Amino acid sequence: MPDVTITVNGKREVRSVETRTLLVHFLREQLRLTGTHVGCDTSQCGACVVHLDGRSVKSCAILAVQANGSEITTIEGIGTEEQLHPMQEAFREHHALQCGFCTPGMIMRAIDLAIRHSEADETTVRRELEGNLCRCTGYQNIVAAILAGAVAMRPHV
Amino acid sequence: MKRYGIGQSVPRFEDSRLLRGRGRFQDDRNLPGQSYGVVLRSPHAHARIVSIDTAAARAAPGVLAVYTGEDYAADGLGMPKATLPRKRPDGSPMFAPQRPALVVDRVRYVGDPVAFVVADSLAEAKDAAELIAIDYEPRSAVTDTAAAASSGAAPVWDECPDNISNIVEKGNKSATEAAFARAVRTIKRRYVITRVHAQYMETRGALGVYDEGDERYTLYTDCQYPHRVRNMLCSTVFRIPESKMRVVSGDIGGAFGSKGWQYVEHRLVLWAARKLQRPVKWTCERSEAVLADEHGRDSVGEIELGLDGDNKFVGLRLHLIGNIGAYVGSDRNLLVPSMMIGTAVGVYDIPSAYALVTGVLSNTSPTAPYRGAGRPEAIYLIERLIDDTARELNVDPLELRRRNMIPANAMPYQNALGCYYDCGDFLANMDMALAAADYAGFPARREQSRARGMLRGISVANAIEQAASPAQSEFAEIRFDTSGSVQLLMGTKNQGQGHETTFKQILHERLGLDPGDVHFTDGDTDQVAFGMGTNGSRSTVVGGSAIYLAAEKIIEKGRRIAGHMLESAATDIEFAHGRFLVAGTDRAVSLKQVAAAAFVPARLPLGFDGGLYESATYAPSKDTYPNGCHVCEVEVDPETGDVAVVNYVIVDDVGTVINPLTLKGQIVGGIAQGLGQILMERVVYDDTGQLVTASFMDYAMPRADVFSHITVKSNPVPTKLNPLGAKGAGEAGCVGSLPSIMNAVMNALEPVGVRQLDMPATSDRVWKAIRSVAKENGK
Ligand code: FES
Ligand code: FES
Repeated sequence: MPDVTITVNGKREVRSVETRTLLVHFLREQLRLTGTHVGCDTSQCGACVVHLDGRSVKSCAILAVQANGSEITTIEGIGTEEQLHPMQEAFREHHALQCGFCTPGMIMRAIDLAIRHSEADETTVRRELEGNLCRCTGYQNIVAAILAGAVAMRPHV
Repeated sequence: MKRYGIGQSVPRFEDSRLLRGRGRFQDDRNLPGQSYGVVLRSPHAHARIVSIDTAAARAAPGVLAVYTGEDYAADGLGMPKATLPRKRPDGSPMFAPQRPALVVDRVRYVGDPVAFVVADSLAEAKDAAELIAIDYEPRSAVTDTAAAASSGAAPVWDECPDNISNIVEKGNKSATEAAFARAVRTIKRRYVITRVHAQYMETRGALGVYDEGDERYTLYTDCQYPHRVRNMLCSTVFRIPESKMRVVSGDIGGAFGSKGWQYVEHRLVLWAARKLQRPVKWTCERSEAVLADEHGRDSVGEIELGLDGDNKFVGLRLHLIGNIGAYVGSDRNLLVPSMMIGTAVGVYDIPSAYALVTGVLSNTSPTAPYRGAGRPEAIYLIERLIDDTARELNVDPLELRRRNMIPANAMPYQNALGCYYDCGDFLANMDMALAAADYAGFPARREQSRARGMLRGISVANAIEQAASPAQSEFAEIRFDTSGSVQLLMGTKNQGQGHETTFKQILHERLGLDPGDVHFTDGDTDQVAFGMGTNGSRSTVVGGSAIYLAAEKIIEKGRRIAGHMLESAATDIEFAHGRFLVAGTDRAVSLKQVAAAAFVPARLPLGFDGGLYESATYAPSKDTYPNGCHVCEVEVDPETGDVAVVNYVIVDDVGTVINPLTLKGQIVGGIAQGLGQILMERVVYDDTGQLVTASFMDYAMPRADVFSHITVKSNPVPTKLNPLGAKGAGEAGCVGSLPSIMNAVMNALEPVGVRQLDMPATSDRVWKAIRSVAKENGK
């Protein structure tokens, strides 16, 4: 089994993995970071989204060995109980989660989206969520939260 | 006004952990030494099993066991049995075939469990499952609802040649016949309600443990009714006292009715855990979910309305064929659509009505409650028929509704199918919705769309549904500890509705407790004494009322303790804002102080029963009837058949609103599921009975870009039937959304002459409908 070195939420992890291990399983099973969820087996739902070197990726669609040498941020790596990330705070305020299962993937996707389009409008947000499914909310509050979160994330000038 | 009290839009307390990836969902739980189970499922819709050879699988690396139906039977394990007293058309008892955990000699649908493989790792279990050699002899199958009951259909069970499991009748048949004989006009239609899957984002799972020392089972699973799952497993499968089993459900990633009761995987992991002396974990994969789970809806209704010369409704008759699937594993598979068909008269004054529901067996996965569980079907039928009636009689559909609506001053109203509407103001709902949707401005908008080559349609649908059944009680317990903090234990089970928040709000309202001092617990049969679980829009109504009553008991006991502490008679003590006060004075003690004293004998009256923990088990006296009006506006592109919902307004009456923020979430989420069903979703079996929509590649799921803004307004008319005045909210959005969206599509298609179309209104189906009318007209 090959060794991989991956920095996860700022912590350097050196582990041996099977070549076929998906990044999502590496995170959930080897590191016990269960905040990243698995919602499908065809890379359709986005419950597994994490950041790889700052960009959002579906962690079910890449192998752990492919992430070798990279920096991964998962939902556990942003915000604390006392100080939520502005996007997490926006989700809370706007009631953008019900069961919370899609939420980690939505938030990781939303942060990436907000960085890329800090002036995003509703149409852009809805289009950018193409790869993230939510069954509970009808997306309405998620869209509102992302718009608000993107504003809150803008660098203060 | 109380900061966290009833009526406040309090952001949810449970969000902090869910937002940070600290929820505890089913698959997040792992135990030392756990093994992994995989279910081998039937690839055939209907086949005889000639032989099963498991030798190679047993010998495969890491494999701990391979179980078949014969092993299950040999171990003497039982099967749940349906208990509802139903009959077949000839009066004989219903035919309700039980379902084994693993079949023995016949598979009856694609996905029927045949073998259970347990191995050290999931990969080994999957590899071994592929080594099981099964010789199948395929037989004819029937999956289509209407075809299942037609003559010549292949029987699913030899013992039931006509595939009719049971019938349910409601209303008065002869009075309805008489009404139709007098009717000036009658309009009859047939509508198909498709089969769908709940598609909760968290697929199901089960982790079974057997403790040899205590001789006790523990099942970790995402289910809506932990206590009832325990009851069923103990009484019918393992035949042990319930004290010998614990069922635990953590965070649940959506359920919507379909994670309801006992699934065969629950039995399998527990049975295997006992035999192997190791925890056994099973996690459903997404592409397995449509095979493994119960499905929702699937019925075909023929409905007929009789009108007098003034267009007043005089009678309604309905024959609905509901597809049960291959088994009646429990009463769950008998509920849809018959139990909730009593609202098929809608919010209209129809003096006579008769409904007949025929439950048919087919080679499909069993159907069971899914958001609404018969309620959306009932409203879909009546609201579509009203629009079709208006079209046929060339009258305004709004005017036809107004003319026949039950006025507020007719409340309470006993409807002709047995439902007792205790309160509601349907006309006010409708007027509010029409104003909010700018219904009056529709013709201009339609004209604008037309100028762009688009077809625009609008609809008004009134919904009402039966909720919070009196057949089920619910439990709440308030436990103080010596520090004055509290554990609130509930028999309901949250699946995303926000129970922790709404229940803490109710507790805050009654006892003034700071939510930060309250620890919320549900979903653990060892901690919570009793529960019926969460279904049928009941949790706030019935569970919330139980909290209310338990809180009353806390106040009563606290009053006596406070009286002793303040050296006054208990009858002189008043409770308000979390404090016990001697009436007319400023002498008071807080509830926290009283709780602390309750554990110290020296501070209590002599011989007083100390401690401060009270529970209540509340059963409502009658069903409640949440209701509301939906106005939907769509635009259809005649060139592509694409349907876009461009405006949606709902005015709901769910009685007292505990938390407007989470209520709106429930309403919008329910509408979204209805929209999915109307515009794209569908479970499809092909002609041979093969399931062709097993993954998200084939099962269309609504994504963010198919929605537009949904406006939610409330017109609450609190019920007097429970102490909270709540009517139930979980299904309210979904119930009216099916007819409102479909009727809007039909309204849009009116100018091009399309009169008949069933859901789902996919672009393909809409386009074909437009084309075929054009062809008929020689265009
Ligand atoms: S788990 Fe569904 S996209 Fe990754
Ligand atoms: S909140 Fe449940 S799936 Fe999105």
